[in-house]
Amino acid sequence: MSVIYILWLRELRRYVRSRAQIVASLGQPLLYLVVLGFGMGPVFQKAGQGNYLQFVAPGVMGMTVLFSSVFSGMGLLWDRQFGFLKETLVAPVPRIQIMLGRTLGAATVAVVQGLLVVVVCVIVGFRAVHLQTVPLALLFMALIACLFSALGTAIGSTLQNMQGFQLIMSFLVMPIFFLSGALYPLNGLPKALSVLTSLDPLTYGVDGLRATLIGRQHFGVVTDGLVLAVVAALLLAIGSRLFSKIQV
Amino acid sequence: MIRVKDLTKKFGEFTAVNNISFEVGPGEIFAFLGPNGAGKTTTIKMLTTLLQPTSGTMEIDGLDARRQANEVRKRFGIVFQDPSLDGDLTAYENMELHAVFYHVPRKIRGERTEQLLRLFDLWERRNEQVKLFSGGMKRRLEIARGLLHTPKILFLDEPTLGLDPQTRNQLWTHVKHLNQTEGVTVFLTTHYMDEADRVAQRIAIIDHGKIVAEDSPQGLKQQTGADSLEEAFLALTGSTIRDEAASSADQMRQFAKMWGNRR
Ligand SMILES: Nc1ncnc2c1ncn2[C@@H]1O[C@H](COP(=O)(O)OP(=O)(O)OP(=O)(O)O)[C@@H](O)[C@H]1O
Ligand SMILES: [Mg+2]
Repeated sequence: MSVIYILWLRELRRYVRSRAQIVASLGQPLLYLVVLGFGMGPVFQKAGQGNYLQFVAPGVMGMTVLFSSVFSGMGLLWDRQFGFLKETLVAPVPRIQIMLGRTLGAATVAVVQGLLVVVVCVIVGFRAVHLQTVPLALLFMALIACLFSALGTAIGSTLQNMQGFQLIMSFLVMPIFFLSGALYPLNGLPKALSVLTSLDPLTYGVDGLRATLIGRQHFGVVTDGLVLAVVAALLLAIGSRLFSKIQV
Repeated sequence: MIRVKDLTKKFGEFTAVNNISFEVGPGEIFAFLGPNGAGKTTTIKMLTTLLQPTSGTMEIDGLDARRQANEVRKRFGIVFQDPSLDGDLTAYENMELHAVFYHVPRKIRGERTEQLLRLFDLWERRNEQVKLFSGGMKRRLEIARGLLHTPKILFLDEPTLGLDPQTRNQLWTHVKHLNQTEGVTVFLTTHYMDEADRVAQRIAIIDHGKIVAEDSPQGLKQQTGADSLEEAFLALTGSTIRDEAASSADQMRQFAKMWGNRR
């Protein structure tokens, strides 16, 4: 237990100490919110879909949590590079605890980052429609964070060095973001795209956030929550298996 | 305490450790010497469960290092040759993390940490991030951390690399003290022959992945008719430098290494 806690704490300490990075990672969400939010607004309105800023804000929150958690989960690669990984791997502690501590730490960092973006959203003009379901939105954020931190850890366990990082960003993380419906509504999509979006776990995360924040849903919160929980559990299992096989 | 039999490690085509066997008794200080690239670190990585051997058996304190990895991990402490600190954390936090990993009871945690950080002259800077430390200071912290819990076996992979004479002296005195008072078995590597001569009771010399000699420091000198351990070492391993450009065999090795890293 205390091992999980101290590793969780380590992730938080590292996060708090990287102030420059915290600020930098707010830039992208802000860009999406302001430029897309206001740029696409009139078209969206004319199409009878309502306010685009309201629509895109939950998507941007999902995006932030996605990037932040994959990134933190893959912090494993940095630890490999700088050698700290060895120290954790020779410790007389079941590797599952090490994996859990790191992953929960990464997830917490991602949620904190997500909350910062919520603040940005509110400043830009976003307003939650149903205040009573806001705690549920937090739960969805946590689910997204756990799922993608586990994914990050799983990937980090199999990559040997930093070279694969860019590859993962371009061919996995970006597609996950663009296919999630964070930026566009899911109804009336071409068949192929519609299938792809429904295979993307983030789709359910964003849908859950939208349902709880602006009362607009595609699959419904129950489906969203279940899919996220099941996929997160699966990835945690896979991640800890891969983690326990690491050699340095 | 350590029993190794027919241990082999291949990286692709390249054999880094070639069918070695040796034993280290309880309470012994054992030095594992050899030129660069001889396979010392690779052997230590296998003994400390970081790397799976290609073949062979390893017993640590009567336990199978492959199958009972987690039990084995409770038995040893290690100072790595390469850096293994978290640079974003402070010196104190690095120690704290290690203490939790090794279940050092909370009561003696603080006391031990202070004692070791003072011993290696880091106490004043305990709250600074490690990435701001000099190379030698980082090295000292690695050593202090490795000594934080008292294991049955201590692996020291070139612990004195880049350290000033004062600290080196401090370290060996402390290691000998641990060995005498707590009966800690020590497995060390170093390129400073005088250190090995001073602290080791038995020495194995490895070259190109094979053990070429195994004896007491005195025995090795007699065996080769040398005055110092350094001379004996050179007599046993030859005086060619293990440089990647030196021979085609070494070029092959370099090639294998590149491949290994790229995987
Ligand atoms: N992961 C790896 N992949 C491929 N080759 C490797 C790998 N690790 C080590 N080697 C090779 O195995 C050989 C033995 O390396 P090792 O690190 O054990 O040497 P060493 O005896 O510790 O040398 P040094 O005194 O320089 O520390 C070297 O030729 C090295 O290039
Ligand atoms: Mg070495």
